[in-house]
Amino acid sequence: MNWKTMATAMGLALLASTSLARADGALNIYNWGNYTSPDVIKKFEAKYNVKVTITDYDSNDTALAKVRQGGTGFDIAVPSQTFVPIWIKEGLVLETDPGKMENFKNVAPEWANPDFDPGRKYSVPWAWGTVGIVVNTDVYKGPANTWGIIFNTPDELKGKVNVVPEMNDVMFAATKYVGAQQCASDKETLKKVRDLLVAAKPNWIAMEYNTIEKMGAGDFKATSDWNGSALRQRLANPAIHYNYPKEGFGLWSDNVMVLKEAKNVENAKLFQNFIMDPENAAGLSAFHRYANGIAGSDKYMPADMKDAPEVIIPADVKEHGELQKLCSPEVQEIYTKIWTELQK
Amino acid sequence: MATAEEVAKAAERRDIRGRWLLSAPALLVILLAATGPLLIVLVYSFLTPGPYGDVKWQFSLDAWTSVFLERDIFDDTLSIAAAHVTIFWRSIKLAIITTIATLALGFPTAYFMATRSEKTRDLWLFLITIPFWTNLLIRTFAVLQIIRNEGIINTILLKLGLITAPIQILYTDTAILLGMAYVYLPLMVLPIYASMEKLDFRLVEAGYDLYATRFQVLRRIIFPLVRPGVIAGSILVFIPALGAYVTPIVLGGGKNLMLSNLIELQFGQGRNWPLGSALSISVMIIVMVALLAYVRNAGSSGVRHG
Repeated sequence: MNWKTMATAMGLALLASTSLARADGALNIYNWGNYTSPDVIKKFEAKYNVKVTITDYDSNDTALAKVRQGGTGFDIAVPSQTFVPIWIKEGLVLETDPGKMENFKNVAPEWANPDFDPGRKYSVPWAWGTVGIVVNTDVYKGPANTWGIIFNTPDELKGKVNVVPEMNDVMFAATKYVGAQQCASDKETLKKVRDLLVAAKPNWIAMEYNTIEKMGAGDFKATSDWNGSALRQRLANPAIHYNYPKEGFGLWSDNVMVLKEAKNVENAKLFQNFIMDPENAAGLSAFHRYANGIAGSDKYMPADMKDAPEVIIPADVKEHGELQKLCSPEVQEIYTKIWTELQK
Repeated sequence: MATAEEVAKAAERRDIRGRWLLSAPALLVILLAATGPLLIVLVYSFLTPGPYGDVKWQFSLDAWTSVFLERDIFDDTLSIAAAHVTIFWRSIKLAIITTIATLALGFPTAYFMATRSEKTRDLWLFLITIPFWTNLLIRTFAVLQIIRNEGIINTILLKLGLITAPIQILYTDTAILLGMAYVYLPLMVLPIYASMEKLDFRLVEAGYDLYATRFQVLRRIIFPLVRPGVIAGSILVFIPALGAYVTPIVLGGGKNLMLSNLIELQFGQGRNWPLGSALSISVMIIVMVALLAYVRNAGSSGVRHG
């Protein structure tokens, strides 16, 4: 190839790449891994002629740290309720005012005006769920609606229990188990929490995230877990049951926000509105297996989720649920110390 | 002649300057790439943690004091940071045992390879490098499949009726060691093999001719001559083993922190970047001191050829 044909080829390639990038709009989503329904994304792409790119993160801390550094090129992020106020306070997100968007009327009343984003000035519900206890009833048939399964493990489950190493979830559970309010900062409670955890740990087999596979293969017979994960486990093995601890269980919700540094603000807003449509919200749920906070989405939900006890909290235990908050930095610092001591 | 000498000297100086100028860009890149990030880590270790991760630009020695000392959460007394010491020691112990285990397995393997005919040697070398084609994480998960309760070993033993309940290997220290030894073995075999290949086996024959026992030949002839390979192999295994992250989590179940997990905790859920930075630098210092001591010790007692 002589230099002339080479230059022409390069010019053409350059042209092609720019025209590709400029053809239509783009939208860059930064979300938890294995969480975004490809079908719903395809529908959004087709409807608005937008090219969507998804990048994964694995924790709220990672996402916050990365976006805070700037220059990420992301338009949308999906932080949990504990982190939403931080993103707002640090000025990382745009006030897109979803409360005034067309589809906002579909948001279920209990998620329409949450404490973490009063009046829904910034965020749109993506998914919400609970943290509870999963038990394989072939091994343990006793009552399992208690954090005692992991903190005061019954004999049948000793050495077979896993605890998902999400520090704040474990601290929430332990605080509830010793009978205190979440984020309790008095030394007496924290000492009880520490002693409880240290005494409980010898009965645990592992502290892992990978519960679906390990419960399925029988490496674990019980674990603390998220409800959507529990649903997948039950569908694979009917003996696996999800339980709502009576001492109090945590509720969480992940929320779609538009970044201040977003380049495709209009597309991001369209996306916020798009996922508040009941059919689309149900499509998201069908993939990530959590509830979505959009009223009317239940009629589009997959059959195995419509009355799943993991997704629909039974009326008699609903009162034990409580939205998890982010504790003060002082309490958080003590949590880290307890956590380090627990795993030393 | 003086003038000719001066001309030659000037030419030489020009030559040297030219070489420096030509290599300057590469040297600069290496210098910046190697020291830049480390300097940032060093600076961060002297700052104050931000409330939700990151750092505040405020000088503080807290991170460094809390590497070694801790204030009790409940009675406020200052004492040695027992948790950190335990975790440091666990990692160092694991790295030492891994090094010894890979040496015990790797030395005979390298000897076996070096004593094959030249043609088959390449085949053995090729076989040793095959595991490197696969990602570390995947190899670790493969070990998990073998040792888990419903894995290959337990299934076979159960079928044979040798055991009635699965043996719990996964999530024990044995599992971690097994995984580490497997993952790092090639790093030990290759350098030992490289020096063993150069070994003049006529020396071994001479040893036997002089009525040396097999053990004497190994200890007095082979081992001293392949010592550089053993040193290189030990260093190559020890350092990554000290920072092992994936293997202890996957095979050990993440119940007990290793050094790398402790550091990761500070940058993630712990939100204490300065402490994480201080811990990272502490690890580097430990490695450096250990290496210096090891190399000096191994070098001074080296064999004297004569």
